[in-house]
Amino acid sequence: MSDKNGSTSLRGASLPRWSPWAIAAGSLALAVVIGLAGGLDSHVQWGLIAAVLFVLGTYGVTARVEGRRQAKDRVMTSLVWVAFLLAVVPLVSLVWVTVKRGVKVLDVYFLTHSMGVVADTEPGGGIYHAIIGSLEQVGLATLIGAPVGVLTAIYLVEYGRGALARAVTFFVDVMTGIPSIVAGLFILSLMLMTKTQPFGFAGSLALAILMMPVVVRSTEEMLKLVPNELREASLALGVPKWRTILKVVLPTSLGGITTGIVLAVARIAGETAPVLLLVFGNPFINTNPFEGAQSSLPLYIYQQYANSAGSGAAYDRAWAASLTLIAFVMILNLAARGLARWKAPR
Amino acid sequence: MDISTQHTDAAASPGLPGPAAHQRAARGATRPGDRIFIGLTRGSGILLLVIMAAIAVFLTYRACLAISDDQGDFLTTFEWNTNLIPPSFGIAVLVYGTIVSSVIAMVIAVPVAVAIALFLTHYAPRRLSGPIAYVIDLLAAVPSIVYGLWGALVLVPHMDGLFGWLDEYLGWTGIFSWDGGAPRSMLTVGVLLAIMILPIITNVSREVFRQVPRMHEEAALALGATRWEVIRMSVLPFGRSGVISASMLGLGRALGETMAVATVLSPTFDIKASLLDPGGGTFAQNIASKFSEATEFGRDALIASGLVLFVITLLVNGAARLIIARRKEYSGANA
Amino acid sequence: MAKRIDVSGLTAYYGSHKAIEDISMTVEPRSVTAFIGPSGCGKSTFLRTLNRMHEVTPGGRVEGKVMLDSEDLYGTGIDPVDVRREVGMVFQRPNPFPTMSIFDNVAAGLRLNGKYKKSELNDVVEKSLKGANLWNEVKDRLNKPGSGLSGGQQQRLCIARAIAVEPKVLLMDEPCSALDPISTLAIEDLIGELKERFTIVIVTHNMQQAARVSDRTAFFNLAAVGQPGRLIEIDDTERIFSNPSVQATEDYISGRFG
Repeated sequence: MSDKNGSTSLRGASLPRWSPWAIAAGSLALAVVIGLAGGLDSHVQWGLIAAVLFVLGTYGVTARVEGRRQAKDRVMTSLVWVAFLLAVVPLVSLVWVTVKRGVKVLDVYFLTHSMGVVADTEPGGGIYHAIIGSLEQVGLATLIGAPVGVLTAIYLVEYGRGALARAVTFFVDVMTGIPSIVAGLFILSLMLMTKTQPFGFAGSLALAILMMPVVVRSTEEMLKLVPNELREASLALGVPKWRTILKVVLPTSLGGITTGIVLAVARIAGETAPVLLLVFGNPFINTNPFEGAQSSLPLYIYQQYANSAGSGAAYDRAWAASLTLIAFVMILNLAARGLARWKAPR
Repeated sequence: MDISTQHTDAAASPGLPGPAAHQRAARGATRPGDRIFIGLTRGSGILLLVIMAAIAVFLTYRACLAISDDQGDFLTTFEWNTNLIPPSFGIAVLVYGTIVSSVIAMVIAVPVAVAIALFLTHYAPRRLSGPIAYVIDLLAAVPSIVYGLWGALVLVPHMDGLFGWLDEYLGWTGIFSWDGGAPRSMLTVGVLLAIMILPIITNVSREVFRQVPRMHEEAALALGATRWEVIRMSVLPFGRSGVISASMLGLGRALGETMAVATVLSPTFDIKASLLDPGGGTFAQNIASKFSEATEFGRDALIASGLVLFVITLLVNGAARLIIARRKEYSGANA
Repeated sequence: MAKRIDVSGLTAYYGSHKAIEDISMTVEPRSVTAFIGPSGCGKSTFLRTLNRMHEVTPGGRVEGKVMLDSEDLYGTGIDPVDVRREVGMVFQRPNPFPTMSIFDNVAAGLRLNGKYKKSELNDVVEKSLKGANLWNEVKDRLNKPGSGLSGGQQQRLCIARAIAVEPKVLLMDEPCSALDPISTLAIEDLIGELKERFTIVIVTHNMQQAARVSDRTAFFNLAAVGQPGRLIEIDDTERIFSNPSVQATEDYISGRFG
């Protein structure tokens, strides 16, 4: 083992750690030269040339020094990094722009006033009516969707055997894939047949349909995590099955189930399409979800954007409402995650 | 067989009562609480089935009302004039637009999402990958209308440069030629959809990649593989079915996405040869845009188009499930 | 209080697979009966048929008779839930309810059945914990979660939980297999005390343990993998370990197979 060949073959030839930076700098410089020489005026083109040079350069240099396998490895590494950076740009921009433009008109006045007497193209007004609508529609949807979802999941995990359970499992999968606008059209078809005008609860029904499969899936996962031993321990104490489920299984998985429900709520709170079809939008405050058109936050954003013919005031309101909506959804998400961590079985 | 005969049966042959008798007896002693609870949970399951059936039935019924009065061919007509007498409308443009925008989104989003997932699980420094994954998780929850607003007011103005470049170098292909109009075209829609579904595909793929047994990776490492070779030999094969199902999830979202398309696209009811010229439409966008001016008949026509969208998403989901089921059989990795 | 168990012609299935076949035996009240035998011979399955826990497993089904004193546990109109109140069970791995405190764990059986008086609850919990030799260790932290205890303490907590509902029979499915030797000793001592009040049946893989704690020992075996398990013999523990009547028993005990 002490002979020279052994140790050198293990060490191999490898590039110093700074080499990627050096290659990057080199290809950037070369790209600038090419750009200036070729009279290319777009900096995007310079960047692209630099990127191509960097990949080729990395491959060439590494292949020569370390071998082709290492070269491939390095190229893939840079591609993965590039993909990541590329994807980060729009996502960061989305959040940044929403916050930057959203804070412009977002204040207490905005949160506590409706658009009742404000034309879409004028400044002023707010989202109070939309918040009311959102809370009511989403709340009612949750009241319907969450219990049905949880009970169905209990059926599938605790009782489900045979054809019915298989059918339910299959159609829950199918239901997960329903586009929100299709759920809206379904309720719309019912409304067309009963000659009903748009109202908040109709939107709730569509949102509940969208919520159910999500809740079923997440609750199912959580119930499956409850060890069978706990069920058996309870049954062996002479506790009936339904009490075992209610008093032992559900409390054990309560954190996870609640998290799933909250995430589902956050999801439907951002739905626009069904609300557009069924609740229609209304610049005035309507606190009754069972009669008359309402607004909702996502719908408000859409209508401020679409009905304002490019008015800056309307765009400002749309951004501020977006910020409010994102904040609401994010708070729900963070709360759900916090809850999951806090309630996680120790 | 009622309970009393059963009892005598059991008594007549002590020690050898049939299994059926026991099962019957056990069921007979079910408590009211159990019965109510089973009834409730099973009832919820049945309710879900009823809702699904109702969706199919009612959409089909209203769609039939509309289609039977359609003067054009519902599948091939290139117009959507539901207010004409007689009305004439068809979904050809929508089928094209929906598929093209979704395909563009998938072509962009899937490789990038897989790369990000790999970045998070195998390349990023540990201290970075946790928070980044968390943020991407949160981005998956951003409502689509916000993506739509951002797409219309931020992304669209920034597409000019790319469109000009594409037109200059690839314009000769026809699909990348640009007439200089506002870049509210299928390509922009596809890019926006890609950005929207990126977080979902990334999250699911990352979960799958994280579950690759360490054993598999170590086996590859022990053979002297480089990091990329480890990924190709053990991570990607293991995660393939997961990535496919993640992609299908994303595709489902892209196909049915309404608001982001409605805000970005400037719709026309025809098919543009170039992806860069504004125009075209998708099912969901068409419903949202035409809805407010539609008469009752017009709404039925929109429902008919929604039914087609519903069927398409069902087919996509079904295909995904088939692929996953097939993969499971072949892949020893899941065992 | 303790009751006699009389099993005759008992066969149990998992779906179409016959797990144990034609088992008959008598378990005397206020005694400890140990079940020994190689893995897969169906001793745990048999134990679970004694309080109708076997049918909780999907596809689980039983033929035959289990008499508890004068009542057939599988008779018409018998509620398995009531059976389990009479015949308690302790499992292989300690399984206290993770969401409940130590107190609530012991009180769980009474509370979940909904049949208790508030004033009695404290007494029952104290009595049961004392009965499980755990009172002194936990009396100052009754409101702490049960999952905070050591493995051996958790198992004694599970025993306390089982005896709190005053069963007539206590079934133990390898109660010490997940515990260290000292905790095992504590449980074994406890079994010696509990047999004054309960009929105890214990499944164990540890033959020394069977010899230490039991009055009678039953040896189970199966002809081949896939064949149903059978009862080979049951006799006084002393006799089984010194001079069993069947050759297979002697082979197993002396370590010649299994």
